[in-house]
Amino acid sequence: MRNVIIIGSGPAGYTAAIYAARAGLEPVLLASSVEAGGDLMNTTEIENFPGFPDAVMGPELMAKFQEQAEKFGTEVILDDVTELDLRGETKTIKTGYSGDFEGRTVIFATGSAYRKLGIGDEDRLSGRGVSWCATCDGFFFKGKEIAVVGGGDSAMEEATFLTRFASKVYVIHRRDSLKASKIMQDRAFTNEKIEFVWNSEVAGIVGDNAVEGVVLRDTVDGTERQLAIGGLFVAIGNDPRTHLIHGQLDLTDEGTIAVDGRSSRTNLPGVFAAGDVIDPHYRQAITAAGSGTVAALDAEHYLSALDDAAKLDEEGETAEADALIASA
Amino acid sequence: MSARAVDQASFEAEVLKSDKPVLVDFWAEWCGPCRMVSPILDQIAAENADKLDIVKVNVDENPQLAMEYQIVSIPAMKVFQNGEVIQTVIGAKPKAALEADLAAVLA
Repeated sequence: MRNVIIIGSGPAGYTAAIYAARAGLEPVLLASSVEAGGDLMNTTEIENFPGFPDAVMGPELMAKFQEQAEKFGTEVILDDVTELDLRGETKTIKTGYSGDFEGRTVIFATGSAYRKLGIGDEDRLSGRGVSWCATCDGFFFKGKEIAVVGGGDSAMEEATFLTRFASKVYVIHRRDSLKASKIMQDRAFTNEKIEFVWNSEVAGIVGDNAVEGVVLRDTVDGTERQLAIGGLFVAIGNDPRTHLIHGQLDLTDEGTIAVDGRSSRTNLPGVFAAGDVIDPHYRQAITAAGSGTVAALDAEHYLSALDDAAKLDEEGETAEADALIASA
Repeated sequence: MSARAVDQASFEAEVLKSDKPVLVDFWAEWCGPCRMVSPILDQIAAENADKLDIVKVNVDENPQLAMEYQIVSIPAMKVFQNGEVIQTVIGAKPKAALEADLAAVLA
């Protein structure tokens, strides 16, 4: 039986692990087999993580998170959670190849998944010019005209990064202004290779075996037109990754896991949630890390309340023990 | 044991003229998902050595091969049989998902 099982290996999961490990709780962290390190593994320079005035590469930062978590005794397992039962006092987690884990507490920090456009040709042309990973695929668009869909920081970062390869990068955005931070906007606006296509959404993707263009629909007057491009990078946001816990944990209207106030407590005792999976608004590496800290402290508090209650039970003080558990 | 590297010069002999089906993993150093899927491919190779050969092509060092096989997204895993591409899998996936994708070849 483990004290703490952490699911997820982004900033929230690893920070929870660092705190839980330093508290002597010997956490196990289930990191996933192919997405270990989370979203930051596919980013380049991170300029807004405190402590790195000269920026840090996403994969390098995540390697440091992992090293720090392991240094204090976290066991990191590169496998995927396939099923879990969080309802009882003992939580059971099944994995692909590493067997089952039982824990007294679970910290759920699975982050979010890239949002798709939700149009017909997207899956067919995925890997044929439609991409969600600029750092992986930008290289293949040397000298080509391509487009990025989206108006947030991720879209600006991708567009700016892609100008290293592409001859031109269109940024397609459904509004007439951006959600991205000022510094990222300015960088995109001053980049001569970037051209903004405002008030437009992608209505279709053209091409039989490779992306040849997109059909754009004007969000104001509904007119459609075609834009010839060789690649389409989708950066329209993320959705919280909650499919594993549907029916067990309560969700908010926004689809994130519901937690009690500023804590990480879910509707189930001993189950805590942290990071992007509870955060529909801020979604930064540093806010996820802070959220992971909260979850580890909440789990620690819960475990010590359980231990204290067990002692009271032994001494025959069952009513007091029950009150203690109820308040944990 | 990790999959052996194949380049432009050895591609014909090692892949196109192979007796066995060959899965070619198109990858690059700077591609995070490629690094994640690489040990999984090694496991699949070790467990299915009699049915499938698995090799790697570094797209940075072999741009001609990447262009010839129209690679625009990596990791891209292409299965060759008798010189033809019989299957393409794009993106890093967990082992079970990859095995399901490759079920016909691994059967």
